[in-house]
Amino acid sequence: MPFIPHTADDIAKMLETIGVDSIDALFDEIPQELMIDGLPDVPAQASEMAVTRLMHERAARDSHDVNFIGAGAYEHHIPAVVWELTTRGEFYSAYTPYQAEASQGTLQVIYEYQTMMAALTGMEVSNASLYDGATALAESALMAVRLNRKSKSKRLLVPSTVSPRYRDTCRSLAGSQELKFELVRFADDSGVVSMDSFKAYDGEDITAVVIQQPNFFGRMEEVHEITNWAHANGALVIAVVNPTSLAVLCPPGEWGDKGADIVCGEGQPLGVPLSSGGPYYGFMTCSKKNVRQMPGRIVGRTVDLDGRSGYTLTLQAREQHIRRSRATSNICTNQGLVVTASTMYMTLLGAEGLARVAGACQSQTGKLVNALSAIDGVRPRFSGPQFHEAVLELDRPVGPVLEQLARRHIIGGFALDGDYPELGNALLVCATETRTDEDIDSYASALRDILAEAKVA
Amino acid sequence: MTEETSIFEKSSKGRRATAQAPLDAQPFDAPDRFLRKKAPLLPEVTELQTVRHFTRLSQKNFSIDTNFYPLGSCTMKYNPRACNTLAMLPGFLGRHPLAPASSGQGYMETMFELQEILKSVTGMEGVSLTPMAGAQGEFAGVAMIRAYHLARGEEHRNEILVPDAAHGTNPATAIMCGCKVVELPTDAEGDVDIDALKKALGPNTAGIMLTNPSTLGVFERHIAEIEKLVHDAGGLLYYDGANLNAILGKVRPGDMGFDVIHMNLHKTFSTPHGGGGPGSGAVGVGKRLLPFMPVPVVGKTDSGFDWLTEKELPQSIGRLSGFMGNAGVLLRAYVYARLLGREGMQRVSEFATLNANYLMARLKEEGFEIAFPTRRASHEFIVTLKSEAKEYGTTATDFAKGLLDHECHSPTVYFPLLVPECLLIEPTETESYEALERFIQAMVDLRRLAETDPDRMHGAPYSTPVRRLDELKAAKSLDLTWHSEATA
Amino acid sequence: MSEVRDDLKYTESHEWVRLNEDGDCIVGITDHAQAALGDLVFVELPEAGSPLTVGDACAVVESVKAASDIYAPITGEVVAVNDQLTDAPELVNEQPYDDGWLFTIRPDDETALGELLEPSDYEEQLDE
Repeated sequence: MPFIPHTADDIAKMLETIGVDSIDALFDEIPQELMIDGLPDVPAQASEMAVTRLMHERAARDSHDVNFIGAGAYEHHIPAVVWELTTRGEFYSAYTPYQAEASQGTLQVIYEYQTMMAALTGMEVSNASLYDGATALAESALMAVRLNRKSKSKRLLVPSTVSPRYRDTCRSLAGSQELKFELVRFADDSGVVSMDSFKAYDGEDITAVVIQQPNFFGRMEEVHEITNWAHANGALVIAVVNPTSLAVLCPPGEWGDKGADIVCGEGQPLGVPLSSGGPYYGFMTCSKKNVRQMPGRIVGRTVDLDGRSGYTLTLQAREQHIRRSRATSNICTNQGLVVTASTMYMTLLGAEGLARVAGACQSQTGKLVNALSAIDGVRPRFSGPQFHEAVLELDRPVGPVLEQLARRHIIGGFALDGDYPELGNALLVCATETRTDEDIDSYASALRDILAEAKVA
Repeated sequence: MTEETSIFEKSSKGRRATAQAPLDAQPFDAPDRFLRKKAPLLPEVTELQTVRHFTRLSQKNFSIDTNFYPLGSCTMKYNPRACNTLAMLPGFLGRHPLAPASSGQGYMETMFELQEILKSVTGMEGVSLTPMAGAQGEFAGVAMIRAYHLARGEEHRNEILVPDAAHGTNPATAIMCGCKVVELPTDAEGDVDIDALKKALGPNTAGIMLTNPSTLGVFERHIAEIEKLVHDAGGLLYYDGANLNAILGKVRPGDMGFDVIHMNLHKTFSTPHGGGGPGSGAVGVGKRLLPFMPVPVVGKTDSGFDWLTEKELPQSIGRLSGFMGNAGVLLRAYVYARLLGREGMQRVSEFATLNANYLMARLKEEGFEIAFPTRRASHEFIVTLKSEAKEYGTTATDFAKGLLDHECHSPTVYFPLLVPECLLIEPTETESYEALERFIQAMVDLRRLAETDPDRMHGAPYSTPVRRLDELKAAKSLDLTWHSEATA
Repeated sequence: MSEVRDDLKYTESHEWVRLNEDGDCIVGITDHAQAALGDLVFVELPEAGSPLTVGDACAVVESVKAASDIYAPITGEVVAVNDQLTDAPELVNEQPYDDGWLFTIRPDDETALGELLEPSDYEEQLDE
């Protein structure tokens, strides 16, 4: 019996001790009319060999394509050490570190993670992580409402350059608590929000302003000016950032005169494979004075009975298992294992390695934009500094072009017509350090062929 | 075990593991105002230092792979290695979440089949895999109940009934969904107090959240009556799947009349707990809630498998994450389900129940007090140490910490809140007779110690990397990040 | 046995109220409550100027493993809060009836104090 250790002798001994004559008798408190006779629709048991073969076949069907999509999830090289060590049984099969004495490994990893995230974002404290970047933004919005006790409106200004998926997630998760997310349009020529769009709200009761840097189009928002404007108007600033970019970009803690109030984002770029969207993790940092309103687990360092340094979960009274209906969030997990991987990734790369990755991403995307824009019918939509993403405009609908590229095993980018119809035939492309010059050349030549063929036809 | 210094203390300026980063990268280029002035404080260490540091840290953990872990309500069963290996095949790891469905048919077929399997084992009409943890599954469930009432023009239905023994996530979730919580008392035998339920039901009832078997480790015997009362009052029933392991393949929440259920795949379907996540909280729904499922869901078309989004499910409660939930966890759950098959799933609940009832019977034999002695244990049960506390002054915490010295992880302590000095014990089906006997012996030894030397009990554990930690200091003088002066 | 002072009024939820000569009411938690909670690590207070209705959850006292709401014993406006507790929550444990006070309310209606428990009633409640 897979994973069941009991021998016939064991079963007999155990039933005798309990005082029943069969395992079925142990279910005698369940109303008999509810009992079912097996699960005919579930496949029969399969051997590890058979399941291995099946999964290899399925995985092989998915693995031939060269990817040029970013849009919130980025393909970076992950050092071999990272998942080799992360999947050690002692990390992999441990529970939440509630029993601190039996969990010092996990707890110290989280403490080191918190230190690294605080350093990257330029803030004082970090939690132990949330589910993903999108939910981290929703939790940040709720936290901002708790923090900004002067504001009564629960109104948040959200530029449309914030990831559309993040905005959707905020509405699903925070909408039922009467938060209002008001969309601020970006300027058509620059792909960033102009200060004038914010100034239209001068003097109004705004709880918080969300800024994504770099924004969904890979462009840089004027974070200092926006932050100062928000603070002057009594609003808090929630920063949504890409952690790789923070090796080189100004950390939110230094935005404007006072810095952002809450920082969150997607942790996936730090050593987590794309894997169809998860498990990833969301990070969240803030200043020490606001830590009690931060949701999620937090690890602190303290001493034991013998005075030795040790680590434990702290500030637990904010959490659902103690505060129940008055907790800061219903969240109960962090993405512990994924955070373990990220901590190793940041350790291996260090500040300089991460800065090199950021530089390589920027230059590869630059090369990609140049190569594709050289083709007739393709032009960059915005100009100016970008990180590892850029918007291109095609002279025809994007969908069919992407389909043809997919047939040549190129995932050519993310079509923007669904989320941003105002941009016309727009395509969001991305090249990280993992895309070689050859990858870029073959994308360019495939696209040239496809666009030319269509013209001939 | 010696203290492991932090990775920052191992750092030396200029030391790098440079094989890991691109060598010929161009420096980043942007106007000055966008740039960082000072590099962030990340460690500068070699690959070998990294490997030693994290390997040594891992050795400071208890884990299922190294210890018996009878943590009630958490289902700490063996996590088969094949599940991990097969979820980490390059084809699965490399797929971008926004890549077209046509280039992810292997993954999507797997997800579609997982949805079907979970429908069958729960008796529900539809399954969405997107919630990323139990608490998010709960959120999805209550949000669907709320959406259902709103769609019927019954906006006033905003009261969620929650038994007092429930997990803390239940009331916290109800609040997140903009509902009010009405707490229900439990009767002396561990069932929901039916009279109190009747009083609590009314025109504002949105629904009830139930765990069955309950967190008290017993099956809710009045479930049929509760179902009728709640539905007659116009409310819906939510099944918290925390304890699904106890009834897998025996009873289905759908047959009990529940309208929505969340499953903790990291419990019942043996995906790893990972030191506190990632979990996965797939939801199953009955007919009434089918239109409201969170998106995306995998659908089957003539040409293969495709995502169903708000276009196909316009009444959906929407998206709960950036992409589609914890895909890698779902792959592990699928592999586990296939390895067990329909036969193996029934064995899960049978042997989980056998182990729990055996352990309960033996501890009773050894003189420990069982909280609900007249009841059959489900997959878990409660021992109350209130007489040990009274006679020797040793608490449930003392026993929990003492067990660590016997290389057993502690059971869940002080939950549920209703039972004083309680240990909630869940052995799971993957533990052997011998492992259970070792645990019983440890409990007997500890009680003898409590009798003879209670002070030694208060000081336990002695053999772990650290002893009891000063939690008051941790909470009052917050030290949440490493600073160079912190070592001074 | 925990201390119950004769010159105060009490609530069933373990708050005490002291009527000042100027008509304002000082609110704190009882010796029994602080002992049951254990060492406090944090106190969250209402903002001065905020209106309270009797029964409102208006402050939180937090120990390592528990957090308890403090309920407004009477209806009125918060006129002062004990800022010392921000850095020294242990004052609530050490001097629950003196330096460990939480906040002061200016009652809308002074006669509402009559609804509160007398020391002897509160002591009786503790004995139960």
